[in-house]
Amino acid sequence: MLLEGKTGKWEIICGLEIHCQIISKSKIFSSASTHYGSDTNQNVSFVDAGMPGMLPTLNEECVKQAVKTGLGLRAQINKYSEFSRKNYFYADLPQGYQITQFVHPIVGEGVVTIDLDDGTTKDIRIERLHIEQDAAKSIHDMSPTKSFIDLNRCGIGLMEIVTKPDFRSPEEAGAFLKKLRSIVRYLGTCDGNMNEGSMRCDASISIRPLGEKELRPRAEIKNVNSVKFAMQAIEFEAKRQLELYENGGTMEQETCRFDAATGTTKFMRKKEFANDYRYFPEPDLPPLVLTDEYIENIRKELPELPDAKKTRFVENMGLTKYDATIICENKEVADFFEKAAAGHDGKKVANWLMGDFFAMLNRKNLTIENSPVSAENLGKLVGLIENNTISGKVAKDVFEIMSETGENPEKIVEEKGLKQVTDSSAIEAIVDQVIAANPDNVTAFRNGKTNLKGWFVGQVLKESKGKANPQIVNELLDKKL
Amino acid sequence: MSDITKLTISQTLEGLKNKQFSATELTKAYLQDMEAKRNLNAYVLETPEQALAQAKVADTNYANGTPRTLEGIPLGIKDIFCTKDVRTTACSHILDGFVPQYESTVTSKLFNDGAICLGKLNMDEFAMGGSNENSFYGPVVNPWHEERNLVPGGSSGGSAAAVAANICAAATGTDTGGSIRQPAAFCGVTGIKPTYGRCSRYGIMAFASSLDQAGPIAKDVKDCAILLQSMSGYDPKDSTSVNKEVPNFTSFIGQSVKGLKIGIPAEYRPQGLNQEIADYWDKGIEILKQAGAEIVNISLPNTKYALAAYYIIAPAEASSNLARYDGARYGLRIDGKNLDEMYTNSRTSGFGAEVKRRIMIGTYVLSAGYYDAYYLKAQKVRRLIQNDFVEAFKKCDIILTPTSPLAAFPIGDKTMRESPINMWLNDVFTVSVNLAGLPGMSLPIGLSKDGLPFGLQLIGRSFDEETIFKTAAIIEQEAKFERLK
Repeated sequence: MLLEGKTGKWEIICGLEIHCQIISKSKIFSSASTHYGSDTNQNVSFVDAGMPGMLPTLNEECVKQAVKTGLGLRAQINKYSEFSRKNYFYADLPQGYQITQFVHPIVGEGVVTIDLDDGTTKDIRIERLHIEQDAAKSIHDMSPTKSFIDLNRCGIGLMEIVTKPDFRSPEEAGAFLKKLRSIVRYLGTCDGNMNEGSMRCDASISIRPLGEKELRPRAEIKNVNSVKFAMQAIEFEAKRQLELYENGGTMEQETCRFDAATGTTKFMRKKEFANDYRYFPEPDLPPLVLTDEYIENIRKELPELPDAKKTRFVENMGLTKYDATIICENKEVADFFEKAAAGHDGKKVANWLMGDFFAMLNRKNLTIENSPVSAENLGKLVGLIENNTISGKVAKDVFEIMSETGENPEKIVEEKGLKQVTDSSAIEAIVDQVIAANPDNVTAFRNGKTNLKGWFVGQVLKESKGKANPQIVNELLDKKL
Repeated sequence: MSDITKLTISQTLEGLKNKQFSATELTKAYLQDMEAKRNLNAYVLETPEQALAQAKVADTNYANGTPRTLEGIPLGIKDIFCTKDVRTTACSHILDGFVPQYESTVTSKLFNDGAICLGKLNMDEFAMGGSNENSFYGPVVNPWHEERNLVPGGSSGGSAAAVAANICAAATGTDTGGSIRQPAAFCGVTGIKPTYGRCSRYGIMAFASSLDQAGPIAKDVKDCAILLQSMSGYDPKDSTSVNKEVPNFTSFIGQSVKGLKIGIPAEYRPQGLNQEIADYWDKGIEILKQAGAEIVNISLPNTKYALAAYYIIAPAEASSNLARYDGARYGLRIDGKNLDEMYTNSRTSGFGAEVKRRIMIGTYVLSAGYYDAYYLKAQKVRRLIQNDFVEAFKKCDIILTPTSPLAAFPIGDKTMRESPINMWLNDVFTVSVNLAGLPGMSLPIGLSKDGLPFGLQLIGRSFDEETIFKTAAIIEQEAKFERLK
């Protein structure tokens, strides 16, 4: 996407930094629980509270999750990494420093392929991934004069994923966030819930006239908490900069925040007022050294990731790229699809899934995990159509019953007597009956009003309560009229 | 003053075992003597109730014939060790009224082995200082020539003074740049800083994490060995503690040093070294030579940079470690109009001058634009100093030096007051050992002409405290240093 300015075309240059809360039972440097939704200040150890003399100890589970994520990002896993302290004072940081990784992150360069709306893909380069501790939560609205701190979040493991400035449009950034969320969810390393803050995004944006080689000063937008907001923020900020430049202004590197209510970015501070974090190696933790064997063991445990699944669904299960992309975005959906499609026509199952099934979930405001229609039963329903037991039309009625009762479609068809009639003698009787009952129309047809054929088909189907096989009905009518 | 308080730990254990006195009698004797010696200001908190309760348990264990290794031994605990339910402040105003809900690993090991807690000992605030004059609770008086009002050294000044004055059987200390060894030397007692990683730092208020180590200060070499045995060992709660078997330290006491190579570093004999100290160093050399050891001249060429590197690395780490003392969760809080003002008010009132100085230095050397020139350079120097020792230990088994270039000086000494640098120069012989993470011991060798103790320092290879104990025991036996009675 290019910006059309008064002075010509401008290009957006954007990079993202995403903080992903690591899924782990306990915090990254303490044994306190990471449970979301506990009462305030319940999941707090002496380490998290920054008590005197307390020392961090590294939670191996978090290391494993980071390596897993790194492998999912097709990235270099660094066998040697180090922790550093990032020093600053704030009430949500009891130690007075955040333990993070600075010079030597655990994961180096990687790549994520994003899927764009026009069906094309683009590779986004990953700069690094490092692990660190989350800060506590400040609560400012409980008292007019005081702030309160909830330490539950303090010390939960984070993966900070930094991309190269490879995004040229808000859409690309949005597609990346969706893809990243999909990858970490497949891996089970982060639940990716941006609205709960378990995945948070900062975006760096600059623009330049098309063709210019140098990068211009950028604005960093902090804590954008949805895909939509990230796209809005980038678009707004790019246009703001365009207007600024075209009115003769200049940019300085600055930090701003996104205001969701107005869809605008708000200036926070210039670069020279940024904290000097005084990073230095964390003396309480020795360097983290991983063996090839350790990394390989994790690699072996990796699940199939969305891109691989997508390719397989296209190549082996007859899905279009578009369908496969949508189905594979969410692992639960992909798993559901695969289960439903076992032994059936993949394309037909996909149509049902993305059509009536999703519509039903939407209508009932349900997620796929608590769908009344199981994957097996959806598969069976398609099977009944495939073997001509029921017509597509009847299947829709059966599906309605399934979504109310959760019953097996075979049982429904059996009990309600919905089985399609393929016995031509039974159908013949109905055909004869319809012909006999409508002599005027028969005459009209025979006199050249051939478009009455459809009317006869409809009458026969109606008489059979929709169970007659339409193909046989057609054949018989042709013969008898 | 009681007689039984003058006994060493090994003698006391003997007396308790043989029922010459009970742990309760012993504890009461110490508590009485502590009261009589309050003028020294060695204790910032006495815990008589806890001590007597622990003594009662000890007596039961002796009666049942199930005494633990330190059963009934009354100890003083440096106020930097967090002790559960007992106020711990690192002698800083900023930790006013702080009562930890947890026990440091080292003290819990000692108490689990049967030791008794007499109270918390005075120290330089957050272990920053070499004279114990930087305590919020006031200076400690060196028990040698009380009337002369001398410093006990620091930062474990309360520990060394209490041991010397026989108001505890022994004490815990911590050593970041000499804080066990230098006060031990000033007070005529024995102290060892073990190899970095030998003792857990869990529950010890951090000054400079990569340098801090706990260790004992005691009446003699054997007592140090007995205590270090209890204090040592891997702790999963401290990732820098080392998972290595702890040898039986006391078994090395009394072993011969025949053929042992004693390194004498040329750089520790600078021009202008106090002649009395040089003479006592020679005396130590002579004792070991007589005992059959071989004397080897060695060089530690980067010694001259050690002090500078130390006074960059230690403040850098301290500036970060002390950030948590912000008035928000515990200790002193002085409110302000907003968060920043509350921080500023609390820290301005809560920290003493030396602590503030080091926080400022540390903040400066880590700042953008200065980091490479100071912190990174200092880390390189640290590596060179470590290499110096690696090279030296190819030629010798242990190194002998003086502990300090000075003996105890008066409280409020003018020269020391003139510039903090003069005070920091006291650490010249001790800081390298911390930078290299090696074990080092100070033991008394004799008195100056005006009656003040001098100490010698033994530096061992990494995780070779055994050779230190063996060698120190020989020097101790021949030096016949007389402790205060």
